Amino acid sequence: MSAVPDRVHLRLVVNGEDTPVSFAPYKTLLEVLREDLGLTGTKHGCELGECGACAVLIDGEPVLSCLELAVQCEGRDIQTIEGLAKGTELHPLQAAFADLGGSQCGYCTSGMVMTAKALLDKESAPSRERIKEALSGNLCRCTGYQQIWESVEEAARVMREAKP
Amino acid sequence: MNAPERPREKTRFDTIGKPRRRVDGRAKAIGEARFADDLVLPRMLHAKLARSPHPHAIIESIDTTRARAHRGVHLVLTGAEFPVPYGIMPVSQDEYPLARERVRHVGDPVAAVIAVDEQTATEALQLIDVKYRPLPTIASPEEALANPEPRIHDYGERGNIHRNQSYEFGDVEEALAQSDHVFEDLFFYEGNTHLPIEQQASLASVEGDGKLLLATSTQNPHYLHRQLARVLQMPAARIRVIATPNGGGFGGKCDPANHEFVVSKAALMLGRPVKICLTREEVFYQHRGRHPVLMKFRTGVTQDGRLTATHLQTLLDGGAYGSHGPASTFYTGVLTPVTYELPRFKFEACRVFTNKPACGPKRGHGTPQPRFGQEVQLDKIAERLGLDPAEMRLKMVTKPGSLTASWLRIGSTGLAECIRKVVEMSGWKERRGRLGSGRGLGLACSSYMCGAGVSIYWNKLPHSAVQLLLDRSGQVTVYCGATELGQGSDDVLAALTAEALGIDPGNVRCVTGDTGITPIDLGSYSSRVTIMMGNAALQAAGRVRELLAAAAAEALDTLPDRVVFSQDRVFAADDAGKTMSFIEAIAAAEAKFGTLAAVGSYAPPKPPGKYKGAGVGPSPAYSFTACVVETEVDPHTGWVTVPKIWIAHDIGRALNPVLARGQVIGDVYMGLGEALMEEQAFRRLPPKLSSALVHRNPSMLDYKSPTSLDMPEVEVALIEDPDPNCPYGAKEVGQGPLLPVMPALANAIHDAVGVRIDEVPITPEKVLRALEKREKGEAPRVGPESFPPVPYPQPIFVLPPWEGGDGNELKGREGRRAA
Repeated sequence: MSAVPDRVHLRLVVNGEDTPVSFAPYKTLLEVLREDLGLTGTKHGCELGECGACAVLIDGEPVLSCLELAVQCEGRDIQTIEGLAKGTELHPLQAAFADLGGSQCGYCTSGMVMTAKALLDKESAPSRERIKEALSGNLCRCTGYQQIWESVEEAARVMREAKP
Repeated sequence: MNAPERPREKTRFDTIGKPRRRVDGRAKAIGEARFADDLVLPRMLHAKLARSPHPHAIIESIDTTRARAHRGVHLVLTGAEFPVPYGIMPVSQDEYPLARERVRHVGDPVAAVIAVDEQTATEALQLIDVKYRPLPTIASPEEALANPEPRIHDYGERGNIHRNQSYEFGDVEEALAQSDHVFEDLFFYEGNTHLPIEQQASLASVEGDGKLLLATSTQNPHYLHRQLARVLQMPAARIRVIATPNGGGFGGKCDPANHEFVVSKAALMLGRPVKICLTREEVFYQHRGRHPVLMKFRTGVTQDGRLTATHLQTLLDGGAYGSHGPASTFYTGVLTPVTYELPRFKFEACRVFTNKPACGPKRGHGTPQPRFGQEVQLDKIAERLGLDPAEMRLKMVTKPGSLTASWLRIGSTGLAECIRKVVEMSGWKERRGRLGSGRGLGLACSSYMCGAGVSIYWNKLPHSAVQLLLDRSGQVTVYCGATELGQGSDDVLAALTAEALGIDPGNVRCVTGDTGITPIDLGSYSSRVTIMMGNAALQAAGRVRELLAAAAAEALDTLPDRVVFSQDRVFAADDAGKTMSFIEAIAAAEAKFGTLAAVGSYAPPKPPGKYKGAGVGPSPAYSFTACVVETEVDPHTGWVTVPKIWIAHDIGRALNPVLARGQVIGDVYMGLGEALMEEQAFRRLPPKLSSALVHRNPSMLDYKSPTSLDMPEVEVALIEDPDPNCPYGAKEVGQGPLLPVMPALANAIHDAVGVRIDEVPITPEKVLRALEKREKGEAPRVGPESFPPVPYPQPIFVLPPWEGGDGNELKGREGRRAA
């Protein structure tokens, strides 16, 4: 049996940036993002795939980063909450969450926003039922979800209007 | 320009009442809000706790030799390093950071490892050898009452009774005997937990000046600060606690917690930063959540449905430690007379210790349980008397400015308006009873306090303090010890300061929750922050405003009381052409008076009750709520669906309607979770697996909470009846709207399928069982069948205000005879 190395070194593509990083091979993508790359915008609430707080996008799909080994992510397109705003201009989802009560304590917000982004990237005008379904793996204890649905609907409207 | 206004009397607002992005909204939306576990310091080490696998055992020995020798381990701590106990309440100092002689529940921490990383610390936990001698386990209040030995604690009333109390306000038996009807009902409310998405985390370090700094997910940095000084035996002035933004609290981060002491001690011993983040399973053991409560309501009514008296008995399963228990015990009764006129009231409450994680304050603290009981019982009364449940309640809501039988002062109340509003919104009159088979509507009401009138430790000091600092750059910085949990307390602080000074809230910088920098606020609990911090902020702003007005008046050639502040400018009231910018006004005042700063503080009014125990329940104001829930019940499976909820909350004034509405819907959500599915329940392992009493579902998958798919649409009405004791009239909204949801749901199920579920959570299994009972011709009810004999003490007897009382208890023979 070959020895497991103390650390592995590889390149991740995070928010469009080629990012070399070395880490212990047992680490999840969540741990590497937070601990090795300092991207603490991605949160954790269980580290067992139950709460959705750690959702990021991998190749455009929402993925629970606590269940993904970082070594499996080499070369894949990883998007986190930090990559969403354009400079200081908020993504419509971020603006809507901030304006409409979609975020209270803010702890589930990153996972919620990333999951919603995956939805809106595919569907420009999802129904409320679709939104509820898409977000059903992301738990929120503060909002009762309603202002989150409203935020996603408002962001979808803004995004539709921004398109030529 | 209107006449100049005084902040409290102001009626036209620039900021208040307008929907706005909260001041911390941007940071949270972009992932920049720094929660405790996001903090990193150079040379930081990581801590892990070893926890007891036994529910009740003597620790015979702990050998940490192998753990200490493990590569990468810097320190191993045990109870030997912590001789001083702690507890949030002065009367229940019964916890140690690491258990010293005994463990009292599965998950009780016994040792800690501090190592280079979490992985190494976790490995070393396995190398700690603890020898336990198991003791008999107390699993329930009934067992606790029946088994005074072994005692879980060597203090308390006696045996395994932690608190035991009894109050009688007027002769209740006499009133019941004279009532047209007396209803007797038993209810049970299962325990449940806060489940904040953020797991508790703490980072302790020794600052350059040698002082301890603890950054931690706490709701109450001030109380934690006091307990750290006590346990670490250090002057409080050498300790600084920073409450990081909490990723949800709901009461779960109110108690000082074992891990906070552990990392603080370790940082002091090692001179290096030490961090811990609890696992989700550990959060379930930290708990401090809703007490399971068994209740017995005996209520007298007149033929037309007015209450004559209530005799309420409660029995609380406290878990293994005191926590807020003495207060929780009171709260299972004291707010009962606030919602409806209740001429006489007797309240007996008993909290016992059991070998489960400690219960404590969860949103509504002690009050959701009796509200469930009272509101379901009222529904039964209305049914029996043939009255409309809404009309019956409307006739007996408490009156503004009145006193309750227990000497609580009701301030403003919009409850009648709330009831009328939900009746109208839900189509109650047209739709109730006409929705067809399996569908129903239920109504319930509630009230809640706007801040506890008395501090957790006795003192005559302010409950909240605010400092305001302005400088010529236009910077307005407001400092307060209050803690942001997500409820929006920073936004309240900015909005009130901005409104009082006529500036944009975005121009106010909030510095909060830092005992090293901010003046003391008691903490984010009991729905106190908007009212207490808010009043302190308005006082500070009013003082600064006077200085600004005096200087501006000279420059604008007007009188100081004719100066108006609005839209980042200062005007002469009678000539809007005479104006200067707010920054110019600051410069003028700074030139005239020197550096501009002011402090403000707030203490609640003295409560009218004078009897022993009168300190629990009084509040500067009370909020009121009414709620209608619609249900659909599947008769084949017992599955309950909730298509819609209507709720009206008397908030006094909504400072930021977006946040106020969010609080109400969040309350409804949490109440619905408690009503339908959430339970912190335990089971015994089989004897071959140690017979330990273990948590049934310590994970977010198994502890069911409502998802986005389970949550109905909620229609919210905010009833604004400004309360004179509150900042611009604003009352609480963080807890009250949770309270009517559970009973409204139970009442709706009765309307839908004619069964009574007198127990929370209302699971499909219970509904099905009740339906089956009805099929068999049995009473269609599921709920507790008996109330064990509890040795409640002789009551403290107090005459209600309308029976010639003076707010004091009757002493000696007179009191005993009356009782």
